[in-house]
Amino acid sequence: MTDRIISFQERMDTAEFRVHHQAHIVVDSRVCADCSTRECVIACPANLFIPTSDGGLVFNYEQCFECGTCYIVCNREGAISWSYPEGGHGVVFRRT
Amino acid sequence: MSTPDVDVIVVGAGPAGSCAAIVAARAGLDVVLLERGPFPGSKNMYGGVVYPRILDTLIPNWWEEAPIQRWVTRRSTMLLTDTQALTIDFRSEAWGEPPYNGATAFRPDWDHWLAGHAEAAGAQVLTDTTVVGLIRDPGGAVVGVRTDRPDGDLRAKVVIACDGVNSFLAKEAGLYEHTDAKHYTLGVKETLALPKEVIDERFAVRDRHGVDIEILGCTGNVNGGGFLYTGLDTLAVGVVLKLPKLAAQKKRPEEIVAGLKQHPAIAPLVQGAELKEYSAHLIPEAGLTMMPKMTMPGMLVAGDAAALCLAAGIWLEGVNFAMASGMYAGEAVVEALQANDTSATGLAGYQRRLSDTFVLKDHRKLHRAPELVLSDRVQHLYPGMVANVAERMFRVDNPHPKPGLRRILNEERKKAGVRRRDLLRDGWTGFRSFG
Ligand SMILES: Cc1cc2nc3c(=O)[nH]c(=O)nc-3n(C[C@H](O)[C@H](O)[C@H](O)COP(=O)(O)OP(=O)(O)OC[C@H]3O[C@@H](n4cnc5c(N)ncnc54)[C@H](O)[C@@H]3O)c2cc1C
Ligand code: SF4
Ligand code: SF4
Repeated sequence: MTDRIISFQERMDTAEFRVHHQAHIVVDSRVCADCSTRECVIACPANLFIPTSDGGLVFNYEQCFECGTCYIVCNREGAISWSYPEGGHGVVFRRT
Repeated sequence: MSTPDVDVIVVGAGPAGSCAAIVAARAGLDVVLLERGPFPGSKNMYGGVVYPRILDTLIPNWWEEAPIQRWVTRRSTMLLTDTQALTIDFRSEAWGEPPYNGATAFRPDWDHWLAGHAEAAGAQVLTDTTVVGLIRDPGGAVVGVRTDRPDGDLRAKVVIACDGVNSFLAKEAGLYEHTDAKHYTLGVKETLALPKEVIDERFAVRDRHGVDIEILGCTGNVNGGGFLYTGLDTLAVGVVLKLPKLAAQKKRPEEIVAGLKQHPAIAPLVQGAELKEYSAHLIPEAGLTMMPKMTMPGMLVAGDAAALCLAAGIWLEGVNFAMASGMYAGEAVVEALQANDTSATGLAGYQRRLSDTFVLKDHRKLHRAPELVLSDRVQHLYPGMVANVAERMFRVDNPHPKPGLRRILNEERKKAGVRRRDLLRDGWTGFRSFG
C-alpha cells in the first residue's frame, strides 16, 4: 500500500491561520526583481514566495508560520519588512 | 519619570516566560505575562520531547499533572544512507516510572499548562497581545514595553524578554551583535495520526511508553538531521535544516521530509498515517557562538531569546534550558527588586546562576558539538562509511573468510575519501565534546 500524496495546499490547510486584514510581512518586489539567488523561494516552509513567469515574485502573508526564515536568509536590505501579526492573529498550532 | 504599572513584565508565555513568571509571582511581585498568541503555546512547535526534571522544585510531582503524551523509555540514534540504516537503540524501564526522564508532549498543551501555574501563582496572563517595542529612559535603561493594544504602553521595574528565537526585544536593545543565517536551523514537522495499538506494535512499546529516534544522514545535500517521536496516537516526523545550505539548493523542506518518510527503514513505521498538522519553526543552533548579552539595565533575556537552546546533534534540548533560564531570571529579579537595584550589577545574579548550573555548563562542555555534527564529513561522508563497515562486519561472504575489522575500516575510510588525519581529529573533537 502506498500513501496518498497530498497537495501543498492540503498540507497548509492542516494548520489553522487566523488571518488579519493587515499583512504582517511586506515584500518589496522592486528589490526582488534583480535578486538572482532567491533564497526565500526554496527555504520558506509555507511556500509563500512564488516566482512569476516575467521574472517577478509574488508574496502572500496569509498562511505564514511566523518562523522568521525569510528575513534571515534574504541578503537584500529592504526586501522584506517583517513583524509579528496583531495579537491573537496568525498561526494557531494544536498538536505541535 | 512616570511610575511603573507593575513590578515585572515577562514577554512570551513559552516555557521560559512561564517559569520566570511563576518564580517572580510566588515571591509576591506584581507580574504581567504577555503573549501574542490566543493562548500560551499556540505559536510554539518543537520536535517533541521535554526533559522536565528541572521542575522538581518548582512543581513537585509535576508528572502527576503534566499533559504528556508518552514517557520516553526507548531512545534510538539512526545513521541512514539511501539503502542502509545503522541504529543504536537503548531502552530503560526506569524511564517509565517517577521521576521519569523525558516525555513526548504537544507544546500547545505543555505551555498552556505551565502558564496556568504562573496564573495560579498570581501572575496576570494577557494573551492576544503583541509587544512591538521597548520603552527606555533617557539613560537607555528599559522601563517598559509598547504593545499593540489600545493605550498599549506598560511600564515595569524590570522586563524579562522570553520572546523566543527571533527575539526582537533583545535585538532592539542591541544585545545581539548581528543575525547570521548560519547560526540557525529550520525545523519542519508533520504530526501524523495513527491508532495507539498500531504505534505500540510498530515501535515495540506498551502503555504510555514511547520512543525518541534521532536520525543522521537523511537530509540529502542540506546539513541537518531528522527525528521521529511517538505521541499517544500520533507520530511526529520531521527534519532540521541548516539555513544557508537549505537556501542554496533546490529541494524544499517538505520534500526533504517526504524523502525521510520514504526511506526503507522509516516507511514501514509511518505507513498509512494521515497528516494532521504541518508546522515550522526556527532553532538557534550555534550555542555559545551566538549568545547575546544576557542582561542590561532593566532587562534580562532567557530561553531561545538568549540562544540557550542546546542543539548538539543527538541532543536537541531547548525546553528544559528555557524553563531553567526562566527560573533563574525570575530569581535574579526577585533579588534585584529586594535590593532596589535593577542596574546591570543588580541583575548580575542571573548570569551567575546560568554559569553555575547545567545551562551554561552543558553549553561549554558541548561547545564544539553542533559544528562537528553539522560538518560536511559527519553529514555526508561518515554515515555511508560506518554503514558499509557494519554491512561488511555482518555479511557472511563464504567461501571468503571474515575480514578483520581494521582492514574493513581502512578500506571503507579510503573509499569514502576520508583522510585518516581528519577522522582522528573529528574523533578527538567528538571525544572531547561528548566524553
Ligand atoms: C523543530 C524543533 C524541534 C525541537 N525539538 C526539541 C525537543 O525535542 N526538545 C526540546 O527540549 N526542545 C526542542 N526544541 C527547542 C525548543 O522548542 C525551544 O528551545 C523552546 O521552545 C524555547 O522556549 P522559550 O520559552 O525560550 O521560547 P518559545 O517557546 O519560542 O516561546 C516564546 C513565546 O514568546 C511569544 N512571543 C514572541 N514574541 C512576542 C512578542 N513580541 N509579544 C508577545 N509575545 C511574544 C511567542 O508567541 C511564544 O509563546 C526544538 C525546536 C524546534 C524548532
Ligand atoms: S525576498 Fe530577498 S531572497 Fe527573496 S527574492 Fe526578494 S531579495 Fe531575493
Ligand atoms: S516567516 Fe516563515 S512561513 Fe512566514 S513567510 Fe517567512 S519563511 Fe515563510
